[in-house]
Amino acid sequence: MLIYAIATMGLMGLIFGALLAVASKKFAVASDERVGKVRAVLPGVNCGACGYAGCDALAEAIVAGKAALDACKAGGPRVAEKVADIMGAKLDKHPERMVALVKCVGNKDKTKYRGEYSGVPSCRAAVMAGNGPKDCLYGCLGFGDCVRACPFDAIHISPGGVAVVDADKCTACGKCVAACPRGIIELVPASHKVHVLCMNQEKGVVTRKQCTVGCIACQACVRACPKGAISVQNNVAKIDYSKCDDCALCAAKCPVKVISGRKESVEAAAS
Amino acid sequence: MIAVKGFRGGVHPPTNKHLTEDKPIRKASEPARAIVLLSQHTGAPCEPLVKVGDYVKVGQKIGDSKAFVSASVHSPVSGKVASIEPWIHPALGKKVPAVIIDSDGQSTLHESVTPKGSAESLSQEEIRAIIRESGLVGLGGACFPTAVKVSPPKGKTIDTFLLNGAECEPYLTADHRIMLERADLVVEGAKALMRAAGVRKGIICIEDNKADAVKAVERALRGVSGLEIAVLPTHYPQGAEKQLIKAVLGREVPPPPGLPLDVGVVVSNVGTAAALATTLRTGLPLISRIVTVTGQSVVEPSNLEVKIGTLFSSVIQDCGGLKGEPGKLIMGGPMMGVAQYTMEAPVVKGTSGLLVMSPEEAREEEGTNCIRCGRCVEACPVNLMPLFIRAYTEAGKWDMVERYDAFDCIECGCCAYVCPAKIPLVQWIRLGKNELMSRRKGGK
Repeated sequence: MLIYAIATMGLMGLIFGALLAVASKKFAVASDERVGKVRAVLPGVNCGACGYAGCDALAEAIVAGKAALDACKAGGPRVAEKVADIMGAKLDKHPERMVALVKCVGNKDKTKYRGEYSGVPSCRAAVMAGNGPKDCLYGCLGFGDCVRACPFDAIHISPGGVAVVDADKCTACGKCVAACPRGIIELVPASHKVHVLCMNQEKGVVTRKQCTVGCIACQACVRACPKGAISVQNNVAKIDYSKCDDCALCAAKCPVKVISGRKESVEAAAS
Repeated sequence: MIAVKGFRGGVHPPTNKHLTEDKPIRKASEPARAIVLLSQHTGAPCEPLVKVGDYVKVGQKIGDSKAFVSASVHSPVSGKVASIEPWIHPALGKKVPAVIIDSDGQSTLHESVTPKGSAESLSQEEIRAIIRESGLVGLGGACFPTAVKVSPPKGKTIDTFLLNGAECEPYLTADHRIMLERADLVVEGAKALMRAAGVRKGIICIEDNKADAVKAVERALRGVSGLEIAVLPTHYPQGAEKQLIKAVLGREVPPPPGLPLDVGVVVSNVGTAAALATTLRTGLPLISRIVTVTGQSVVEPSNLEVKIGTLFSSVIQDCGGLKGEPGKLIMGGPMMGVAQYTMEAPVVKGTSGLLVMSPEEAREEEGTNCIRCGRCVEACPVNLMPLFIRAYTEAGKWDMVERYDAFDCIECGCCAYVCPAKIPLVQWIRLGKNELMSRRKGGK
């Protein structure tokens, strides 16, 4: 009796197997193998910074030609090159690696507070309630909307109450830039060390009253720069990174010490 | 008298009106410098009509807009325009353009300030034009331009006019004193507003903690047809438009963008009516309002008639200044008012009160986690579930924030008032609404 059962099962297995084999050949959907390969080189965190639903969706879009080869912001140039290899195409230009930078070092001791804020611990909520507790309307509020937005754990609030980016972890996905209600986070080239760490657009006299490390638009940096890379726009100094060669002469001349390297910004904020 | 139906939810906070309810309205001292913000109302901001150095007179129009939903602003003093620069707006917390006028102390009236006539002698169109020209807005605090309110779009018929004298907000007594001392103005203004809106039936709604005001209005109503009084039990937020309509007429205003118009009702504050009557009698546009200055930290709590554009610091000086270091300064009442960070903001058309709390009154308890007791759900007068809106806002689940009808919230503060975990629920809901709005604008 046992032999019949085994034979029946075996036979059924053979028939279904053959059917499946035929079906898979006959009804096969042509899929581009490059999708899987591209997907494999993407970071896989599904951060959404590219504008697609996730890494799977972006891989399909890249292969379909709907997204650029360097569309993955988080992956940066390394991923873009790998994607280009798979696609057999060349990148027109080699993009520079960017990182986010919080352009404020006005911690609790340096910036004046005009009131006490108690309520929902969110920068955006604080801005809605009377534009935040700091006198400076361009200062980091330190409630961490950017920290919650970062998918890579690359931004933190220093003990002094100012957000600081960990450049090693930052992928320049731009989520913190969008989350900051003050708009004081910018993406800057990772290779550059000299930055203006303030965005205060008030006149110098007003800025001076608000914060000890605020740009007073004195133009000392503009005069110091041998490359003509710094200009003062809207009462705040701005570096043109395409001209800047990181000589730091501007930082040496700045009377309020608001032009400095990334390292200094971390130290200043942490103090 | 009308039998009232009441509304669901709400709270009964201590009213604290004893501080000022017996204090007659007195005129505040003239400001030496008036700061007239060009955006004091809901709608399009005004453009300045004067230049720096111009000489302006009392009642002269100094800012206007061509937009339909807007209200002009007028000079409260006579003198020279010192500058036009951004100044702190007490309700928005940010700077908006303002016309700053140095008073010459003469209070010379502008030529346009002439008596307009009585409510009966003017036509509907004439009254509407007067309202528009005088820059009248809802003085209850929302500052919606009255001219827009009394001009319903074609196809909508209004059958009932509610005059809001509920003044449910704790501490505030400005409307109370207006009804008590200026009942005839309230009634005349109500008649004019009804005529402008084309309504025959009006009801003056007053909470039962203002018995003397009820009597005064009753006296003023003798021989007047078409107007009645409804006495309502004291219940916060009865003065909120939708709750008032529900309480008095039993009608439910549909959720936003539904308006009282959709159920055939227009609601106006008693202060607005009194201001309109003043304009009709004297010709003076809206250049002053009644402000309740109160709180444990004020030396002499008072009801003041203050010129628009007077700085808070000067208003408080008029009330004997402050007792020691204050805990909190709020424009409006404690439930819906806006906390201030400076006394250098000017009185605007919507400044119903200035509340200065002592540090003890202003003390806040540390918030803890939501225990899902559901008291906020019970207290919500618009049948929302604040705890979930807050949780979804915190989690960033914006589709759920919308599905839980965050936009219906009237921000009355009942939920936050009853919350045993001391969670700032209204602020969370506001944050959720703000995010939803920016998503809608961004088209995401």
